[in-house]
Amino acid sequence: MRTATLTAADAGLVACEKCDLVSRPVEPAEPGYCPRCAAALESRRYHSIQYTWALVIAAAICYIPANVLPVLTTTALGSVDSDTIMGGVLLLYNTGSWPLALVVLVASVMVPLGKLGALSYLLISVQRGHVTSRRERTRLYRLVEWIGRWSMLDVFVDTFTVALVQLQPLMSVEPGPGVLFFAGVVVLTMIAAESFDPRLIWDASVRSAEARHA
Amino acid sequence: MTAPASGTRELIACEECDLLQHLPKLPPGTKARCPRCGHTVAMQPTDPLDRPLALTIAAAIAFIVAHTTPLMGLSVVGRQSSTTITGGALEMWEQGEQLTAVIVAFCAGVAPGGYILFMLTVLLAVRRPPAPQWVGEMLRWGRSMRPWSMNEVMILGILVALIKIAELATVEPGIGMYAMGAVVVLFAAIMMTADPREAWARIEWADAEQSPRHGPRGGLSEAGTA
Repeated sequence: MRTATLTAADAGLVACEKCDLVSRPVEPAEPGYCPRCAAALESRRYHSIQYTWALVIAAAICYIPANVLPVLTTTALGSVDSDTIMGGVLLLYNTGSWPLALVVLVASVMVPLGKLGALSYLLISVQRGHVTSRRERTRLYRLVEWIGRWSMLDVFVDTFTVALVQLQPLMSVEPGPGVLFFAGVVVLTMIAAESFDPRLIWDASVRSAEARHA
Repeated sequence: MTAPASGTRELIACEECDLLQHLPKLPPGTKARCPRCGHTVAMQPTDPLDRPLALTIAAAIAFIVAHTTPLMGLSVVGRQSSTTITGGALEMWEQGEQLTAVIVAFCAGVAPGGYILFMLTVLLAVRRPPAPQWVGEMLRWGRSMRPWSMNEVMILGILVALIKIAELATVEPGIGMYAMGAVVVLFAAIMMTADPREAWARIEWADAEQSPRHGPRGGLSEAGTA
């Protein structure tokens, strides 16, 4: 695109994150407070890359116990059976409801992994100052933001299975320690997506473009 | 209705790429996208106050029904069991997964309930402008509750649980299930009809001297210093 692209930061202005009002700070380095909603102004989210990396790494660590530890333990007529997330998917597949197995597989396995991968890619590309496919990367960020909540699916499935199947002594289902780690992965990646500042994708490009023209 | 500062084209910055742009006056029912990154920077719903208020009240009623009636019931060899949303979180707590119970309770109850409450407060308060400063705070809280309100995810989760259990016993969806479905639809409708910009335009400014209400607007407002 050859049109003049001036960002608020270039013009010495700051857009309020809370109410979107654009104002001119006296000192751009220390922008102060929004005149409309009194929120503290910042041109870019504070330490966005560091925070996001920390959360992504924490989520990646939680991802391991989330998949190894059981999420559900079923006791039926004396026999005890433990299921991990993948075990639950296989159980659904074997009982003939493969469309459902696919939904759970996508929401519980592919989405969290994809999110970790996508956020890492966005972080690395920003840190290296990539100038290509900025629009696509912004779109990827939007997808990560939108899809994140759907990973909570398995936590809800487990919760309501546990709540309903309490028919002692016939049959009962108990939650396993994997559920907490799994919920942890979802919550941490959601906060990670929120702490990432998509404006950084475009900043890098502007700066490098200027460097090229100089 | 007199919209403040409607004569001037407002200067805005895209939330996702920080591009400065003048917002043209939008005809009702249209949206404006950022020319650089494609983010929806503004929308102009046909009726930005009454319609979302009606939808929010409906959502509040459906939400109360969804939380007080059983979501689903199960019967196996003459034994019955049923659960509500709160019951699900409670059972998780009693089974030793307290932290998971808190997360479930937050995403299924606190966040959507909070969203409804904050939206109701804001939409009622901005009917008589200028609304006091704290209304802006409520609007901000409501906005941050939105990503954590997982009604639709919970519905799908319940359906998967129902199908899983259907192998072992007879399950029946309860009234709560249908009410929850209504909540999902109403939430989407609120999002589409409520315009935070319209609400902000009716809220008192923290720095009253900069407000477009007081004195003519000489270009940009100045940020307050620490």
